[in-house]
Amino acid sequence: MTKKLLLGVEAIGQGAIDGGISGVYAYPGTPSTEITEYIQENVVAISRNIHREWSANEKTAFESALGMSYAGKRAIVCMKHVGLNVAADPFMNSAMTGINGGLIIAVADDPSMHSSQNEQDSRYYGRFAMIPVLEPSNQQEAYDMTRTGFELSEKLGTPVLLRITTRLAHSRAGVIPVESAITENALSLPSDPLQFILLPAFARKRYQTLLDKQSKFEYASEVSPFNSFIDGKDYSLGIVCCGIAMNYLMENFPDGCPYPILKIVHYPLPSKMVKKLEQLVDKMVIIEEGYPIVEEQLKGFFGYGKPVLGKLDGTLPRTGELNPDIIARALNLKSESGSAIPELVTNRPPALCKGCSHHDMFSALDEVTAQYGDGHVFSDIGCYTLGVLPPYHSGFTCVDMGASVTMAKGAADAGLFPAVAVIGDSTFTHSGITGLLDAVYEKSNILIMIGDNESTSMTGGQDSSANGRIESICAGAGVDPEHIHVIQALPRNHEKLVNLIREEIAYNGVSVIIPRRECIQKSARRASESKKQKSGLCAQ
Amino acid sequence: MKCDIVLAGVGGQGILSIATVLGFAALENNLYLKQAETHGMSQRGGAVQSYLRLSDTPIFSDLIPFGKADLILSVEPMESLRYLPYLSNSGYVITNTTPFRNIVNYPQIELIMEEIRNLPHSVAIDAEAIASEIGQSKVSNMVMLGAATPFIELPLESIEKGIREIFGRKGDLMVDLNLKALYAGREFAQANR
Repeated sequence: MTKKLLLGVEAIGQGAIDGGISGVYAYPGTPSTEITEYIQENVVAISRNIHREWSANEKTAFESALGMSYAGKRAIVCMKHVGLNVAADPFMNSAMTGINGGLIIAVADDPSMHSSQNEQDSRYYGRFAMIPVLEPSNQQEAYDMTRTGFELSEKLGTPVLLRITTRLAHSRAGVIPVESAITENALSLPSDPLQFILLPAFARKRYQTLLDKQSKFEYASEVSPFNSFIDGKDYSLGIVCCGIAMNYLMENFPDGCPYPILKIVHYPLPSKMVKKLEQLVDKMVIIEEGYPIVEEQLKGFFGYGKPVLGKLDGTLPRTGELNPDIIARALNLKSESGSAIPELVTNRPPALCKGCSHHDMFSALDEVTAQYGDGHVFSDIGCYTLGVLPPYHSGFTCVDMGASVTMAKGAADAGLFPAVAVIGDSTFTHSGITGLLDAVYEKSNILIMIGDNESTSMTGGQDSSANGRIESICAGAGVDPEHIHVIQALPRNHEKLVNLIREEIAYNGVSVIIPRRECIQKSARRASESKKQKSGLCAQ
Repeated sequence: MKCDIVLAGVGGQGILSIATVLGFAALENNLYLKQAETHGMSQRGGAVQSYLRLSDTPIFSDLIPFGKADLILSVEPMESLRYLPYLSNSGYVITNTTPFRNIVNYPQIELIMEEIRNLPHSVAIDAEAIASEIGQSKVSNMVMLGAATPFIELPLESIEKGIREIFGRKGDLMVDLNLKALYAGREFAQANR
């Protein structure tokens, strides 16, 4: 088979197709989005009619994937690290139920927070749920481990967490896929009819089953073709290197590393392999991207045993992604930098696109809220978060998907007036609706601005499942229709929007204003697509 | 053969089209390649970069270590300076001279150009002007790629083939314009290195 140039996320998508999935489920989130997009656009996936629509959020995505597994077929569910917080409930309980068809949870962490609000390490979730975790170190492994991960999942009867970080997600390299895809599973119900019923009496048995499986999970790590011990000549130091850190380490040793290395890409930690390394060397350094989870497991609580170095003692930095230079410094190797960045170079933060409809929402909102001073606008996750940066002043919180609505409600409960939530259409669909129900039930005095650009724009313009139905959802949730307004977000409607915001702030209750205009990036893409299609027709 | 390139620009300027052509040419020549991109929030007008590594031996790191880049290829002048810590002592900065001003505190362009002129090895090129002469301002990125070709050990034919492959679906006219841009950029760099 010929080599394909694939991003890490695309390699996972190809691995899932070749691994025999019948469905991918996901909500977009950087850096995980393109796993799903790759499958959506793949010719084989389309011809096999693999399920590939976006879900409303990570929890609904996860549960659908678990349902497909229940029905005997293989599924992958994809999300960014904070998405797993949203899906944590089904995630933890899927470890209890186990699986029927193979199930992989692909989670992309974002150390350095390139596009995220924290840098949590999903490997903790794997350990928390007590399930195997795969952490490929390069694009080829991302492909291979995904493809074979479904077999592993079915063999061990457990969901498997596949963890990558931003750099692998969005870096391209040659990947050699297999000749032919594994055939999809046939529809089949679980052989044990009680397996998926977590009533206390059954759940206690399932928990014991999960505990009993732990030794099998560890054995799978010990014999994994992906974990490896690479001997060295110098036993003064042993290196435990996890996932992508392996590449940064080897970059420093193009002719081979003098120290023995234990490469870990399949967890739980294989204790025999770790002990073998420990016996050989004077001390160990743990190199892992994210939190020091392996280091914490190996470092002696009482200070006995051989020294374990890493992020906890400052050998490696605690925050941010790794790179070859950080590892060079940790190992006392020479690392030379080019010349410094000249002082005149200024930061260039992201900004709203020219002509974006959010400009119209923020300029009106700023005008009205100026009289109340700072602190009255609660923002959310999306392009419109940029309203917190100059020239706008529209946002004093940004915490998690949907929190604008509920934090505004809580602040209003505390007596803050006015309390205005700013949320996008897709984020509203993801996690805003439930918060709205609370606000309606309590007649909270809040104004919700739903910036409806008919798109999930920050991640590339995906459709949201509530597209075109935002106002009817608000009415259905119980917002008084007289206080739901849809207005076209255009400069010429500025005065009208300012007046609407004033009126609805004055109204004591839940009101919703929906400034609507399609994302300009999305309309530009659509225009160029239709142009292409037209020219294609002419050519025929 | 080893060539480590930092591609720099501003989100939306399309630096990835340069990476795609080079990636095609590298595969043609059976080279190993790694190319790390910026996705997500920065694509909205923020500083973006792509680390492109080509080699005839396996490449480990997706990131270029500090002081090891052979080339900084920037489609915006201030952005060319942001990645200097990556540049090796013998490395070149190839940069477009047209500023992209989407921030209020953009420095004086004369001061930026002075910094660039003070670098030991640099080529500054007005890619927009050359592209407009060719008749299509959109092809300025291929002017920049052309300006970089004298410094990249890849056969020019492979790069031409890459352009034909990647712009082919946009029609023969676009292929020709992009090839013209490539040659014009290359000529300029050869005369002004």
